[in-house]
Amino acid sequence: MTDFMEQAQETFVNESLDLLQDMESSLNQLVDDPANDELINSVFRAAHTIKGSAGLFGQDAIVAFTHKVENVLDRVRDGEVAITAPLVEVLLECRDHIEVLIEALGEEPDPTLHQQGEALLAALMQQAGGDGAATAVESTTQLAQTDDSVVVSREEGPQVENDNWHISLRFHADVLRNGMDPLAFLRYLATLGEIVNVATLVDQMPNVEEMDPESCYLGMEVSFRSEADKQTIMDVFEFVMEDSSVVVLPPRSKLSEYTDLIETLSESEDERRLGELLVSVGALSTHELEKALSRQQLDQLQHPEQHPRLGEILVEQHAVDSNTVTAALKKQQAQHERKMKESRSIRVDAERLDQLINLVGELVIAGAGTGLKAQQLGDEDLLESVSLISRLVEEIRDRSLRLRMVQIGETFNRFNRVVRDVSKELGKSIKLVIEGADTELDKSVVEKIGDPLTHLVRNSIDHGIESAEERLAKGKPEQGTVTLNAYHDSGNIVIEVSDDGGGIDPDKVLAKARANGLVAPEQHLSRAEVLRLILEAGLSTKEAVSNLSGRGVGMDVVKRNVESLRGQIEVDSELGAGTSIRVRLPLTLSIIDGFLVGVGDASYVIPLDSVEECIEYEQLEKVRDHGGDYISLRGEVLPFLDLRTLFGERKDRDNRENIVVVRSGGAKAGLVVDELLGEYQTVIKPLSQIFSKLSGISGSTILGSGEVAMILEVNSLVSEAEQRTLHLS
Amino acid sequence: MDATLTSERDGDTCRLKISGELSIYCAAELKPQLLGLLGGCQELEINLAEVAELDSAGFQLLYLLKREARQAGKELRLVAHSSATLEVLEMLRMEAYFGDPVVLAS
Repeated sequence: MTDFMEQAQETFVNESLDLLQDMESSLNQLVDDPANDELINSVFRAAHTIKGSAGLFGQDAIVAFTHKVENVLDRVRDGEVAITAPLVEVLLECRDHIEVLIEALGEEPDPTLHQQGEALLAALMQQAGGDGAATAVESTTQLAQTDDSVVVSREEGPQVENDNWHISLRFHADVLRNGMDPLAFLRYLATLGEIVNVATLVDQMPNVEEMDPESCYLGMEVSFRSEADKQTIMDVFEFVMEDSSVVVLPPRSKLSEYTDLIETLSESEDERRLGELLVSVGALSTHELEKALSRQQLDQLQHPEQHPRLGEILVEQHAVDSNTVTAALKKQQAQHERKMKESRSIRVDAERLDQLINLVGELVIAGAGTGLKAQQLGDEDLLESVSLISRLVEEIRDRSLRLRMVQIGETFNRFNRVVRDVSKELGKSIKLVIEGADTELDKSVVEKIGDPLTHLVRNSIDHGIESAEERLAKGKPEQGTVTLNAYHDSGNIVIEVSDDGGGIDPDKVLAKARANGLVAPEQHLSRAEVLRLILEAGLSTKEAVSNLSGRGVGMDVVKRNVESLRGQIEVDSELGAGTSIRVRLPLTLSIIDGFLVGVGDASYVIPLDSVEECIEYEQLEKVRDHGGDYISLRGEVLPFLDLRTLFGERKDRDNRENIVVVRSGGAKAGLVVDELLGEYQTVIKPLSQIFSKLSGISGSTILGSGEVAMILEVNSLVSEAEQRTLHLS
Repeated sequence: MDATLTSERDGDTCRLKISGELSIYCAAELKPQLLGLLGGCQELEINLAEVAELDSAGFQLLYLLKREARQAGKELRLVAHSSATLEVLEMLRMEAYFGDPVVLAS
């Protein structure tokens, strides 16, 4: 396959997967909101577009399958088939099947896939009430009815004696170069009815020297028998409509419409020959042609100044059938909107974006270095221009990081499906509530958080929420609720999975952990620490699952995944009332605003978002009552850590010490440092694997001077400070 | 993926066999080759048995060859149509234009 085709196919696959995603979320919403036309339309559009694009690539299996699904959706749209839960179920399965077909693109066709497809279609037909044969009859009657009305409005002009559609096609020269093949359109058209006759025109092909083998010189006059409506037939040519000429004349059109057709095309073609073509495909009889041509000449004699344009002819055609006009208008509008949307967003390769962000990172480092040198030189003008540059760099950094930000809603919506499937599997009735869907976070984080989240949600349903009987006995509503929530909190994003299930019994967890040797018998643990134990590997045994209302299956894997993203997990649970698990993740993985501090000879970076305030150490009242280290911050007890002791830096008592108050979640702590060096933009360089056990440090960065500074991980420092004070008390 | 041409001369007749895909991807390359072959003989016989795919561009090439042959008073024959080529010619109702006897492969 050529590069071009490969690219086109890749785009097709990507777009189709996006559409399938839309389709899934719309279908899921349809269960709760079956009367929502917009949702039905969105499902229909997705299926329709996939079918159309698949047709372009000659993917007949996808076209055939999607076509049947689309038919049912069309009937749903027309209100002939009602939306029911089982129907949505089957449609979801059909959606999955289309995805499988698309993903199998380029592989050897698998006969079992075809069988699965057939089985699904059979199930779909059952749900939709028959295969649409009854509808076909209905639509014929409808067609007959419209025909009657059409006859009335057409009395002014003689009709042609022809029960077939007539389609006149002149393909644009670039059609082939754009990756489309007129033959594919004919093949696709054949799926909608019977191609009675075709006259192929190659008259436009120039002489041998000028003939460009990659240009298209084809035109066709097609006589077509079908029950499909005009819109459906026009839609076949949707992708070439813009620059090629496509005229579709309904059966028994006015003779004058054929005249107009001949006239429009005759700008470049011999009209007599065209007329003969129309006769040859059976659109007109010879007699009708004679009449048409003489009428045309007469018209021209009478009104020589008038030369009907294609647009006018189309208007005239549309005027005949007001339904078509509205449909066409709607479609045009939709196309217009789509175009607007297209021009507002472009697809960019994620890798290119990463390269850009990498470069911005380097720029940030270089900028910081320049700033430092300018400060050393103390040149006013230089300082001023450096500060301007650094402001711009900051903005570039923010904007480029925002390029990668996506809303988490899409990820959340996928869980509708998970919840429905799993709860069906387990025979529980569970509702998923989504909050904070518009919270944004880095795409790379979104991609990696999907699996851990799925695990957490499954766990909640599987082990958190009790059976219906148990719930009723406890006086809870029969339907369980799983809530997904996302919000920003001091430079982090917090994703919360909570349920109103049975909760976790800390005593049982502790007993189990003691039995497994995870906790020494004499070790005293706080409630939060006990709950965190469910994340440990030693507890993920089957026995633990059944005894402890089930938490612990693979939770260690979830924890590892989250930690690899520099995130943390918090567990909160009340026995009998439910459990909520909070995953706290950094907003981005690459650049942060930092606060640079000096400790001994080294520099450390504290994420600026978590810094509350800075206070001189001497001014604070120290509380050393229980032999613990507290400070009293405006009467509030604040635990603190001396970073020099913690990181073993050289002590230098001459320095005036400062305390940086940091916050993580609800807790605060003070960090004692020697020097406050100010705000600093930081590019995070990950630490290598051997430092992964190091607590309190999340990464490193390179300072403008070339020195390395460690980036502090506030979350674990705060809990460290808390623990020390707790243990000492 | 590309088409391969193998030809042999037999007096004034040139027998050409095309294998592979007669499509937009190789149309530009094939045009001069095919015209060259036609130019060098009085009768060109094209064996299509190995043509796995024929698209609009491929069809246009065949059409061009036929037209040029007619204008030059030469003979162009398409023989041993593969099912792929046959399907296209039938769909476009162009068998008559080429006027070649078509043998249905069993």
